[in-house]
Amino acid sequence: MSDITKQSLSGLVENIKSKKLSSSEVTKAFVERSEKSKELNAYITEDYTNALNKAKKFDEKPNLDLKLPGIPMAVKDLFCTRDLKTTAGSKILNNFVPTYESTVTQNIWNEGAILMGKLNCDEFAMGSSNETSFFGNVQNPIDKNLVPGGSSGGSSSAVAAQLTPITIGTDTGGSIRQPASFTGTVGLKPTYGSCSRYGIVAFASSLDQAGPMAQNVKDCALLQEVISTYDEKDSTSIDFKRNEYSKELTKDIKGKKIGIPKEYRVDGMPEEIEDLWKKGIEYAKDCGAEIIDISLPHTNYALPTYYIVAPAEASSNLARYDGVKYGFRAEGENLIDMYEKTRSEGFGAEVQRRIMIGTYVLSSGYYDAYYLKAQKVRKLIKHDFDDAYKKVDAILTPSTPSSAFKIGEKTNDPVSMYLNDIFTVPLNLAGLPGISIPAGHDAKGYPLGLQIIGKAFDEQNILNIAYAMEEKINFKNNITDWWIK
Amino acid sequence: MSKNKSEYLINRHDNQYEVVIGLEVHAQVTSQSKLFSTSATKFGAEPNTQVSLVDAAFPGMLPVINEYCVKQAIKTGIGLKAKINKRSVFDRKNYFYADLPQGYQISQFKDPIVGEGKVILDMPDGQKEVGIERLHLEQDAGKSIHDLDPKNTFVDLNRSGVALMEIVSKPDLRSPDEVNAYIKKLRSIMRYLGTCDGNMQEGSLRADVNVSVRKKGSKEFGTRCEIKNVNSIKFMQMAIEYEANRQVDLIEDGQTIDQETRLFDTKKNETRSMRSKEDAHDYRYFPDPDLLPLEVSDDFIENLKSEIPELPDEKKKRFIEKFKLSPYEANILVSDIETSNYFENVIKKSDVKLATNWIIGELFAALNEKNLEITESPISAGNLSKLINLIKDGTISGKIAKTVFEQMMEGDKDPKKIVEEKGLKQESDPKALEALIDKVIDDNRDKATEYKSGKVKLFGFFVGQVMKVSGGKANPQLVNEILKKKL
Repeated sequence: MSDITKQSLSGLVENIKSKKLSSSEVTKAFVERSEKSKELNAYITEDYTNALNKAKKFDEKPNLDLKLPGIPMAVKDLFCTRDLKTTAGSKILNNFVPTYESTVTQNIWNEGAILMGKLNCDEFAMGSSNETSFFGNVQNPIDKNLVPGGSSGGSSSAVAAQLTPITIGTDTGGSIRQPASFTGTVGLKPTYGSCSRYGIVAFASSLDQAGPMAQNVKDCALLQEVISTYDEKDSTSIDFKRNEYSKELTKDIKGKKIGIPKEYRVDGMPEEIEDLWKKGIEYAKDCGAEIIDISLPHTNYALPTYYIVAPAEASSNLARYDGVKYGFRAEGENLIDMYEKTRSEGFGAEVQRRIMIGTYVLSSGYYDAYYLKAQKVRKLIKHDFDDAYKKVDAILTPSTPSSAFKIGEKTNDPVSMYLNDIFTVPLNLAGLPGISIPAGHDAKGYPLGLQIIGKAFDEQNILNIAYAMEEKINFKNNITDWWIK
Repeated sequence: MSKNKSEYLINRHDNQYEVVIGLEVHAQVTSQSKLFSTSATKFGAEPNTQVSLVDAAFPGMLPVINEYCVKQAIKTGIGLKAKINKRSVFDRKNYFYADLPQGYQISQFKDPIVGEGKVILDMPDGQKEVGIERLHLEQDAGKSIHDLDPKNTFVDLNRSGVALMEIVSKPDLRSPDEVNAYIKKLRSIMRYLGTCDGNMQEGSLRADVNVSVRKKGSKEFGTRCEIKNVNSIKFMQMAIEYEANRQVDLIEDGQTIDQETRLFDTKKNETRSMRSKEDAHDYRYFPDPDLLPLEVSDDFIENLKSEIPELPDEKKKRFIEKFKLSPYEANILVSDIETSNYFENVIKKSDVKLATNWIIGELFAALNEKNLEITESPISAGNLSKLINLIKDGTISGKIAKTVFEQMMEGDKDPKKIVEEKGLKQESDPKALEALIDKVIDDNRDKATEYKSGKVKLFGFFVGQVMKVSGGKANPQLVNEILKKKL
């Protein structure tokens, strides 16, 4: 089978279960394609030899009852993986090898999957283009010199380029959905508390959430049912009844009420995005859904609120990278000097910017005006959604205000970069699930995504809506393998 | 003017100054594992052997609250007659230090687990109530060791993450003596509850001391200085005396007091400025997003209330009412739960009055001499009560009892056996005593004559002689009676 890497996850699982393919054949195919795709710079750390060995071992005694039997998978380098370097895209963790495994990745290996390597990302997941990574830009397989989105840029690039059948990312303000949108792939940010944060390098604890990134909705549902577990090791993990999302997946969304929030028609939004949204509404109607206009009045405040809350938490979460215990250390005259040199040399510009913003908004005299106010606004944003969900079952919006941009285009304009998150951050602030599905192309031929927002713990519903619309949209990613010589 | 004999005032020229003291006591929670991790908390373990990935703040590690520590804090709150807050919040206190792996300490800032309460002190001139402002839970930091190497500092994270209760008093204390009584009472209450072992040598109990002075009669508080991390009552008292006098001198000199944090130098017996208010850390407190607010139900609190033992104040009341002890005696016996347990065990089978005297007198003195705690007493409560019964039933005299007691201190021997083995039983047979007395009178004929001619003081001489001849075993009461007749 020469087209192994073109198969969906579900297809590969089926072929391994029916013994049409072995884990070794599948792993070898993805390793080979990954090796030919170095120009994308999707990987930070490759673990191919181990992966091939594990595949061989799996084939010797295959457990075909597992959900991901012998499936190779590369994951975002924000997940701690036992005995394999975990960098969070930062120089400060360039030599860090965890002795422990994140709960989410452990869940994946427990279902038979095999680690292929660690995927590039923005430094500490702070970025929307993967340009803040210490390990360099990632190429979007859609076009040369195009960003893959961020912060899960290595993940989106690897899935779109079929270097891995599926992957996981993390989403603090849009870091799964925006890169999915930029690469024509599917990305789900689950409800806050659905997936354990244990062993994931923290960016902003009250917003961070791991989620699947896939080629299609069904694959996405399958991985979600594997990674979402209640975990006592994470105090914010929530013990609710989790579905077998892939088994319960249905295209029957007849009568579902889908809200269209008027506040998401932002000034200066390209016409293409507006058109995509309109088309999306038509697709939803075609699927039998009922469209209802709604209002989320505090949407405008979501972005500034996010850029107070997230840096505040980050400034504290990143205090542990001080050169004392592990990771990069610069020599200094004394303790303070060592701290300053370690953190100045170890962190990149964007991380330093956010640490400074966060330190500022928590400072005495500014705390009430910024952090406390942001927390109040955060509650209002959540209330907006609560009110809306009295009338609708889900909400449909564009995923991003534009398609992917060129590498370097926004690096000197952080605010314009931050505006990329405008449609995605409200969900993180409200703790709600959202899925981005590819829904069309802009004039340049770059993919555009639609976002379906659900009620808390209602992943099944948005997966179903996405599954139904996916069929109607019938999106085809236009990838030419330009990077393979 | 002062109604209060023990009033502590500093006199300068014509002015009298009152000292106002508030304490922030850091008490280590008695618990097998740390506040947010499962690492052990044993004192004195090899450096860095009780450190989990959470304690060392590895990437992606998350805190999980130890329910036992929460129970301990609530129990302590109940012991302090305090309001238990059903909802409390853990905050991050952010600062950089090598022995603070997270770069922040998890503490409770705005919403502590325990609110206002009180502690009653028994002072020589009566009782005094000291208000408790709050009690909150927080993590201890690790330990930096600067003196092992000229260039490097070593860090021991065994203590990192250990649960502490910070107990903040109101500024109600007025003298070093009251501070002594307050710390001892707080320690006693927590030891009764089993929530803190109060071991100051091991650092289980230490305090930040806030001191200010004001002219006697003034209602306004003076500017206070905080003396950080004092780890013995004696040092607290010395620091307060020094600091109060320093502040009075400044005021008398027309200067103002700067609000600042100071350190007590135990070698020089002085406090030194550590940092001014302007240099104070900005800790950037904010609710820890890794932890949900801590919520406890009424049932949870009620269950803990049912586990609370009789506390020193209640026990003291019972001892006075039931056993007719004096308040002084009761205070001594309840000050420490081990002592009160010992006392109650002794009096199960023996006379209360004798037991009280023997414990407070002989036993305490003997333990003190050997530098032993009551729990280490060579004399068990059961054997002490046997000894007391031997006195009570006349088997031995009080004097012989002291000899027996000394033998018992050398090892836990049954007093009855000692009396038998050494033939120390009291001689109460009148016939035997008569013979003894006749011999003494015979041997001292001249003195007997003098006595009869009116030198009555010599009676004591004869008693002494009889006791001597009997080897101290003669029943003194009978000796008296028979001697009177014979002489």
